[in-house]
Amino acid sequence: MSDLPLVGLPADVRPERTTTAAAGKSRKVRRLNGRDKLVLGFMVGIPTLIQAVFIWIPMLLSVALSFTKWNGLALSDIKSNGLQNYKFVVQDYPPFWPAVQHNIIWLAFLALVATPIGLLLAVLLDQKIKGSRIYQSIFFTPVMLSLVLVGIIWQLMYEKDNGLINNLLRTANTPNATDWYGNSSINLWAALVAATWRHAGYIMVLYLAGLKGVDPSLKEAAAIDGATASQTFFRVVFPAMRPINIVVVVITIIEALRAFDIVYIINRGTNGLELISALIVQNLVGEGQVIGVGSALSVMLLVISLVPITIYLVRTFKKVD
Amino acid sequence: MSAALTAPQDVRHPTGSDRGAPTGKRHYGTHIFLITMAIVWLTPLVWTVLTALRPKSAVDKHGYFSLKGAYNFDNFTKAWRQAGLQKYFINSLIITVPTVILTIFFASMMAFAVSRFTWRFNITLLVMFTAGNLLPPQILAAPLFEMFKHTPLPYSVSDSGDLLNTYYSVILVDTAFQIGFCTFVLSNYMKALPEDLTEAAMVDGAGVWRQYVSIILPLCRPAIAALATLETIFIYNDFFWPLLFIQNGDRLPITTGIKNLQGQFFQDYNLIAAGATITVIPTLVVYIALQRHFVAGLTLGASKG
Repeated sequence: MSDLPLVGLPADVRPERTTTAAAGKSRKVRRLNGRDKLVLGFMVGIPTLIQAVFIWIPMLLSVALSFTKWNGLALSDIKSNGLQNYKFVVQDYPPFWPAVQHNIIWLAFLALVATPIGLLLAVLLDQKIKGSRIYQSIFFTPVMLSLVLVGIIWQLMYEKDNGLINNLLRTANTPNATDWYGNSSINLWAALVAATWRHAGYIMVLYLAGLKGVDPSLKEAAAIDGATASQTFFRVVFPAMRPINIVVVVITIIEALRAFDIVYIINRGTNGLELISALIVQNLVGEGQVIGVGSALSVMLLVISLVPITIYLVRTFKKVD
Repeated sequence: MSAALTAPQDVRHPTGSDRGAPTGKRHYGTHIFLITMAIVWLTPLVWTVLTALRPKSAVDKHGYFSLKGAYNFDNFTKAWRQAGLQKYFINSLIITVPTVILTIFFASMMAFAVSRFTWRFNITLLVMFTAGNLLPPQILAAPLFEMFKHTPLPYSVSDSGDLLNTYYSVILVDTAFQIGFCTFVLSNYMKALPEDLTEAAMVDGAGVWRQYVSIILPLCRPAIAALATLETIFIYNDFFWPLLFIQNGDRLPITTGIKNLQGQFFQDYNLIAAGATITVIPTLVVYIALQRHFVAGLTLGASKG
């Protein structure tokens, strides 16, 4: 569920368009008879009901609960609390600002390190080089793993005395051994390296599809005009991939906001690994259930998330009639 | 990818240079870079499998950072039987199979209705469906948890007396979350199918349901195959919803259950490595068997046909 696959349709799963004039102009519902209307109503109604009950209504409830004080027990215990939850989160909740900072670092790292690595791999592998498919399979393997598993696999790498990294650095079993996941000043970076291991492969696949869609004659024209390889890429190929670039930007932002599984498996998102998503969950489970505070955090995350989501939706649907 | 390939305006026309296309280039530098990256990428996987294959006794004697000692599958049998991975794996099947079927079923109906017919709110609905899929799931955690806790169910259906601690809770929410994405992809696909197909069927007296089942669905087989492969891996890899809804360790799917392995067998890295390896195997099998569908699925979507 951590993936947002939303790029151009590859040729092998694209339906063949036989006629152009007729396609796209859909029929008016008015022309249908009663029974067909009923069937159609059922086909739209049930999925819509599912979305409403499990996504849209909970989203509104989240907003409503953020203005209340509630321990999650009886419904009659719900008390109005005004803006107190928001005030508490911003002013008196110690992990809040570190979490905001960590989410920003997460985004910056994915955008400046992980995504460019994916793009670089795609560009190198898009050339006709030997073993391109084998390389692709290798870089792609982590994409199939859940982020939880990525966290666990990297734990085996990072472990203080028994992990591979400290053994290679020859610091294992010495006082100099770094506790990569335990040290609160570096564990965020350790988690980000693990996240990059997966994110880069994902971006690579998206860009490989994007690069295939770039008209080869553009590159040839640039070469004839004497452009160097890097000029061709940055001035011709990269701008031509604009639709994919936007999708990649949106994916990177949303992945940074959704980051949760890795930090939760490491230490439940505490001690240097606070993220807004983890704080929400910490306020819902366990003893001091403070639904109002958790919901206030949810609403903040919702408002931030709506920015990239809206950009994406506007771009995607504006051309649809 | 119906993207207009706008020619960039600032490609300079150099005066004299006449370099041909770089044919027959050997790419030595590229290969050195790619091999280095590939080794870095494979190291965590190799290390995990290696650790999983070494029994605890060999590690106690020679240390983790060593290739010496025996190799066998003891950790795998122990993880599968004693640590409960077998149970978790069955739970994963119980959750994943119905979720994928329900998701594709509902999404294909919705996609059919919004892409083949014009009515007032179809674009609005499609936008809202797509938006739901993009939200961070944690936003919905509190209300869904409380809704499920306050939904009474007979004890014959759920031993908790409500929706919590049941497979249904995870199946329902996973389905709801994935319908949005699948509807979006399938509606784009169906929009590109020629109108004459269903037009002709309608003239022959086929109703809406007939058109959907006998004409549109069979034509969507490639897209459905790609989506089903992708969704299987998504649902199998889902960590959050079972974590939130299921407290009873016996009902956790494998991706969430592996967390317990970490707590229960703390410090037994060989066992944890074996558990991680076992968890990866089904995704690897799906990937290798259906690689084409999977990659197609990952890059499926935003096109307008």
